[in-house]
Amino acid sequence: MATVRLAPVLRASVGGSKQVSAQGSNLAEVLNDLYARFPGLKEQIQPEESLSRFINVYVNDQDVRYLQGLETSVGPADTVILLPAMAGGR
Amino acid sequence: MGDASREIMKQARRQVPEWTPSQVHEALANQHEAGPEHQEIVLVDVREKHEWNEGHIPGAIHVPRGFLELQIEEAVSDKSKTVVLYCAGGVRSLIAGTTLQQMGYKNPVSMSGGFGQWKGNGYPFVQPRTMTEAQSKRYSRHLLIPEVGEQGQFKLLDSRVLLIGAGGLGSPAAYYLAAAGVGTIGIIDSDVVDESNLQRQILHNTKRIGQYKADSARETIEALNPDVKVITHIERLDETNVARIIADYDVILDGTDNFPTRYLLNDAALIANKPVVHGSVFRFEGQLTVFKPYEGPCYRCLYPEPPPPELAPSCAEAGVLGVLPGIIGLLQATETIKLLLGIGDPLVGRLMTYDGLAGEFSELRLFRDPQCPACGENAHPEDLPTYAEFCAVPAR
Repeated sequence: MATVRLAPVLRASVGGSKQVSAQGSNLAEVLNDLYARFPGLKEQIQPEESLSRFINVYVNDQDVRYLQGLETSVGPADTVILLPAMAGGR
Repeated sequence: MGDASREIMKQARRQVPEWTPSQVHEALANQHEAGPEHQEIVLVDVREKHEWNEGHIPGAIHVPRGFLELQIEEAVSDKSKTVVLYCAGGVRSLIAGTTLQQMGYKNPVSMSGGFGQWKGNGYPFVQPRTMTEAQSKRYSRHLLIPEVGEQGQFKLLDSRVLLIGAGGLGSPAAYYLAAAGVGTIGIIDSDVVDESNLQRQILHNTKRIGQYKADSARETIEALNPDVKVITHIERLDETNVARIIADYDVILDGTDNFPTRYLLNDAALIANKPVVHGSVFRFEGQLTVFKPYEGPCYRCLYPEPPPPELAPSCAEAGVLGVLPGIIGLLQATETIKLLLGIGDPLVGRLMTYDGLAGEFSELRLFRDPQCPACGENAHPEDLPTYAEFCAVPAR
């Protein structure tokens, strides 16, 4: 199972965890596994067909936009990072 | 002058050729015309530092006579060159000439009449920039670092940094940048100090509740370092003022809490070609990166669109550990100083994240998007929406 690390704004949707495991051989499958268990995540990551434009997804520290997007393969030892834009500064 | 010193002078005069200031002036002019490959003459000022500081001949190397034997071989390694030595009146340089001969220099020359006569003839001289005694003391720990040193400190003193917001990130950043001697610090903030700010916004204090943050920041900074000029902009950054405000600054430190300002600033900074040191915090975590126009990605490469407000709560809604913006703000200040001095590897194309609870730093690579609407090939950063109307979270 791949490891998925979540930015703090997303953690409420997975019961507060910083990191969860998910099943799948590519990014789309891994994310679908997550949505099945944590339905709140879908709206924040993939409200429509494609990944949302205010979130960056990394597989092993590489931005998936420059890999194969949702088709990027994910092995059991890989780490997926979900990083939406953060605004807070004050 | 006693007999012995007269004898030394007589001896030196026999040994060391002397040129008048006119001859030196002409020789230097000829050499200048001959171009950089034909530099046969080296001009060495052997006076004390305080004399040098009051003015010296342009292009001269400063080697005080007391350090001549120790430093001259490093300063002038080719002993066949014509080394023209000068002091204030032509005496010390003559004796210095005999020293150079002893050390194997083939052609030392002493300039008769010294710097006094050079100046009297109306020939050009320059006055090096010097620090006051107070500055030498204040910045002594910087002066000891080779990467900063006196020249670097002057660079900082001449630098202009704009802080977007005097809040959680802006407070520590401005405080330390002021301490470091960044000569001009601009602060744009239209907010007033609120009690709930004081848990992290260390530029302000209890007595200043209700004052404009920009004014409070200026008071704190001026009390810390009188070298720093603080320019306050008590207004909100918007389409009408952003270009005018950022125009005068070298680096922009982004400490805003909202998306409209971040997009607005991103596009304006691209147009004006100014680096933005970006930081943000959330509860126990923070992140920062440097957006250097056209060298790395811009904010829109990373996030082409802002999230809807319900997915991006501000500090006011989400909370933040008070020290967290301190850490991220100081990392931003560090990146700012690196950019100003041109040292180290700035966080261009790298996102550094800090997780306070885990005690972990990590780094992600960021890429420039060739299709980016703001900095890509056919980009028009002046035409893009800033989502001011889109975001429900008010721009503060």
